Order: sequence, then C-alpha cells, then structure tokens
Amino acid sequence: MIETTFAILIGVFFAVAVYLLLSKSVIRMLLGITVLGNAVNLLIFTAGRLTRDVPPIVTDEEASRLIEPFANPLPQALILTAIVIGFAMFAFLLVLGYRAYQELDADNTDTMRLTEPEKAPQPPLNY
Amino acid sequence: MAASTHANDLTALPMAMIDHATPIDNWLVVLPVILCLMGGALLLIMRKSRGGLASFAILITIGVILSDAVLLMRTLDGPVSMTMGKWLPPFGIAFTADVMSASFALAAAVAVLAVLFYTQAELETREVRHGFHALVLLLLGGVSGAFLTGDIFNLYVWFEVMLIASFGLMIMGGRKIQLDAAIKYGFLNFLATTFFLTALGLLYGTVGTLNMSDIVRAAAEAPKVPMMAIASLLLLAFGMKAAAFPVNAWLPASYHAPDPGVSALFAGLLTKVGAYALLRSLVVLMPATRDWLEPVLVVIAVGTLVLAPLGALAQTNLRRALGFFVIGGIGAILAGLAIGNTHGLQGAATYAFNSMLVMTAFYLVAGLVERTTGEVDTRQMGGLYAANTPLSIGFLILVIAVAGLPPSFAFWPKLLLVQGSLEAGTNWLLAAILINSLLTSIAGTRLWAHIFWRQGRYGAHSEEPNDRLRPLGAARWGFAAVPTGVLVVGVLLLGLWPDPVFVAGRKAAEGLLNPASYIEATGLAQRQDPVSETQEAMDHTEATQ
Repeated sequence: MIETTFAILIGVFFAVAVYLLLSKSVIRMLLGITVLGNAVNLLIFTAGRLTRDVPPIVTDEEASRLIEPFANPLPQALILTAIVIGFAMFAFLLVLGYRAYQELDADNTDTMRLTEPEKAPQPPLNY
Repeated sequence: MAASTHANDLTALPMAMIDHATPIDNWLVVLPVILCLMGGALLLIMRKSRGGLASFAILITIGVILSDAVLLMRTLDGPVSMTMGKWLPPFGIAFTADVMSASFALAAAVAVLAVLFYTQAELETREVRHGFHALVLLLLGGVSGAFLTGDIFNLYVWFEVMLIASFGLMIMGGRKIQLDAAIKYGFLNFLATTFFLTALGLLYGTVGTLNMSDIVRAAAEAPKVPMMAIASLLLLAFGMKAAAFPVNAWLPASYHAPDPGVSALFAGLLTKVGAYALLRSLVVLMPATRDWLEPVLVVIAVGTLVLAPLGALAQTNLRRALGFFVIGGIGAILAGLAIGNTHGLQGAATYAFNSMLVMTAFYLVAGLVERTTGEVDTRQMGGLYAANTPLSIGFLILVIAVAGLPPSFAFWPKLLLVQGSLEAGTNWLLAAILINSLLTSIAGTRLWAHIFWRQGRYGAHSEEPNDRLRPLGAARWGFAAVPTGVLVVGVLLLGLWPDPVFVAGRKAAEGLLNPASYIEATGLAQRQDPVSETQEAMDHTEATQ
C-alpha cells in the first residue's frame, strides 16, 4: 500500500520535473533538475522495499538464523551517494547559470545562440 | 540483495567475506584509476607551483598507459577481477576488466597523453593555475573507471566523476561562447546520468543486485516488462551520453566552444563511454532486451549514420563539422550493436577503439589549422596547402580514416560491420553504413578542399593567396604538431597491420556474447546456471536469424 502511494508521489515528482525542464528559463530548468533528483532518490528508496521497525544490523549469532523481514541498508547508501553527487552538480549548474546570466545577459535559452548562430552561414556551393 | 526476495540466498551464504588477501597482480585492474585520482589530487595541491605540472601529468599518464597495456595483455587470457572492501561479490564493489574494457582504457590514455603534449604549447598560465592538468587526469580517471568497473552503480559514479571534470574543462578560459556551450552540455548530460540513475533504481528493485556478473544471472530470470522499461531507459540515457540520433543535438552545440585540446579530449573519450556502456548493458547484462529492442536500435543507428555526415556538410565552422563526424562514428558503433552477431560486435568494438584515436587526432589537427589561419570559419581559411603541407597531408589521412576508406584502420571495422549485417540480413544497416562512408568522404574532402586546396579566402577575390596565415612557431611544431603526427601515423600503421587489434576485437566480441568467463572472473561461477541459458538464448536467436 505504502509502495503504491510512493509510486504515485514519484510519478508526480517526475511530471513536475519534466514540466520545469521543458521551460526555456535556466532558473526553472535548475529547479526541474532538483525535483528530478529527488524523484530518483525516492524511486531508489522505494525500489529497496519499504519496511518498518526492523534494524538493518545483524549480529553474528543472528546471521546464522536470519529470517524475514529485515531492512535493506543498501538503497540508503545509494541514495546518499546520489544526493551528494546531485548536490555538487546542482551547485555547479547554479553558478554556471548565474555566470551565463551575467555574461550573456540571458536567462532564456532561446537567446543563447553563440554556439549555434541563428542565421548560420551556408558553406559555399562551388568547390 | 533485495531483502524480502532473496533471504534464502543470504542464509545459504554464511560467510560473505573474503578471507584471504587479493593477489597483488589483480590490483592491476584498479591501478589506472588509482594513478589518475592520486595524480589529480597531487596536481590540485601543487597547482600554484611554477612549473613541472605538465611533466608530472604526462608521467602519470605514461604510467596509466603502461598499466593499461599490461592489463590488456592479461585480459587476452581471460577477464581479471578484484573486489573491494573484503566483501565477496556480489556484495562488494567489483572491478572487472575484459579485453574490450582494457583496450578502450588504453586508447583513452593514449589520447590523453597526446592532448597533454599538445596543450603545453597552448595553455595560458591562468588555465594551468586553475587546475587544467588535475581536471584532465580526473577525466581520465573517470573514463578508465567507467571502462573497468564491474558494478553498475559504480559505473554511475564514474560517469559523474567524468562529467564534473568535463564541466571544469568546458568552461576553462571563461569565454562567453564556452558558458553558452556549458549550459547546453551540462544540463543535457546531467539529465542523461539522472535517467541512468532512474534505470538503476528500477533495475535494483527488479533483480536485487548491482554487480554486473550477478545481473547477468538475475536478468535472465527477471520478468520481461520491467526489464524492457529498464533497457529502454538505459538506451535513452547512454544514447544521450553517446550523442546518438535523435538525442545528439547537444554535441555540435558544445564541442567546438572550448580550446581545441579540450574538445579533442571530449571527442575522443566521452561519447565512447556512452557507447561502451550501451554495449556492456544491452549485450552482456540483458541480452534478451537487446533482441527486443533491435528494431529501435536499427532506426537509431541508421538515423545516426545518415544524418551525421549531412550535418557536417552544412557547417562552415570547422570543429562543428568535426562534431558531426564524432556522431557518425557513434552511428557505426550502434550499427554493430544493432547487428548483434560476432562480426557486428567485433566491428563495433574495434571501431570504437579506432574512433577514440582518430577523433582526438582530428580535433588536434583542427586546432593547428585554426591556429595557423586565426579563423574558425572554413570559408576564411583557404590556401593552407602551400603554407603548411604536412598539416594538409595529416588532415587528408584523417578524412580517409573517418570515412573508413583503406588504408586507414577504420576500413577494417567497417568491413566487419558490412560482413556482420550481410550475415544477419539487416539490409537497412548495410545500406546506411555504406552511405555514411560515402557522405563522410564527401563532407571531409570538401572541408579539405575549402581549407587547403582553395588558393585564398572565400569571397570576391578568392583566387588571391591568403595573406592572413601565420606560421606555427617552433614551440607549436614541437609540442603540438609532433604528438598529432604520431597519432596520425599510428592510425595509418594500425590500418596496414591490423592483426593485433583485429584479434583483440574478436576476443572482445566473443566475451560480450558469452560472458561465462567474465562471470567466472568475479568468482560467481558456482551459481552459473544462467550462463548456459544465455548461451541457449543466443543460439536460439542465431537460429531464428
């Protein structure tokens, strides 16, 4: 039951993230990246199965007679890694977006055309 | 292991720990990565020092090349594996190298060495102080790690290491065009790795393991529908990283913005990691999904092969045109993946190996051309043939190499791809591979004609000699032209004596199609039943074809 609720929540997160990422504004895209990162973290969390009140730590004696249910600590380790990486990337992209706003005077990706000029010249037809 | 589903397996494994030390020669698998990361860290510490940074980075890279070469020698006898942190696989993070990963890592390190030499003449002091060499080594560390790892979450981590290093290199210098390019490159590549992470989460939830060898076993038993969704997501994520059609737009929008040395590095290494990950995940880990996805793969490969050289034809910016050649090369690798038999995969692996060296050399030559003419627009370059003949010969050899014509090495992988698609009966791919070669040679020779053959600049008096050419200084000849020339000659020699790479490619393809020895290397062989199943599934596929 709780897994279904989480699945729906993750779906909402993904929808919001995709909507924001489709925007032309860099700030909105940044927000979209953040929401997307959280959606994926929740997804990994749910994929590791949700259990309550069971410790993931087992002692030596318990290990020999290990019975269900027991919690799985691995998804949390994965999420921790993903959070750290995602945060670093977000920080970089935020500063990049700010620098681009200062230098290019643009928050709209439509007006960032330095790498792909709008009226790109055609190569000559002779030769 | 997913707790609720695999409890019985856990009880059957009372000791999940390694009780003996890893043999010292197995440490070889992690040596390239360790060297790069340690070297990168040291370079970061001493980045304010006055000199010697480049020499130190070159020394480290030579060490990486040597260890990659020894590793490749060893993997010719069978994959090598090592598991971290005393946990037995599939619990500990494993590094597993087979012929394909070791040879790709070797090519990547060679490309980095050439770029490190090249940039000695180009770099400004400011860029060195901002940690250029550290970032290059971190990039190589990320790329080597991605090639050598045997754990799929670890692959994600190496993707991110590679990505953050490439961000730093992309904006090094801080020109406006670089910021613009970094926005496009950064957002789309970060999005791709996030898709990869999504697929990882779903994969872990479905098969309950992250070790690649263990996934081979678990994926064979997993239900079809979730595996299909996971494979499609992986295809999207790695396709974006590899710049495959139709998610390739970021590459020609960004690769021409940084310094030529940096774009050579990107063109040589980054897209190939995406292609490698596609080969690894779709052929080795989930062979069944590759068969289901085959029609999609054919469409992607044909689109990439045909549209890339057409894009190159329409460009006036030299390095943007080269960006489309990079995409065309990815198309050839994807064609091998879509063909899926031994010859197809052998072609894909050898083409990727070749493409790393050729594209790096091509961007370095383009850098020299830009330096001599002071222009990035091919229409303004004309008349270089008289001014710099060696450069024009090198450029022409690389055009031949990119188009896959003899005597360059790229001819042999293309031949394998053609043979493979004849065997598999994939006629669309066959046509696309040949059309790609034709269009690429047209686009490439036209670039050559505009830059070298034409007497002067394009315009009213185009027959007047180009008066804006500046000769390369002695430093550029020494540092920049020599490594570029060595790469070009190397590509040519490989084409004349293709046997070693050919044999290695054959081994790589066989290792991809039959991962029994890959699994055995990690020590998971005792529960090996899935391998025979994979073999059966493969035989079945071949029979139906």
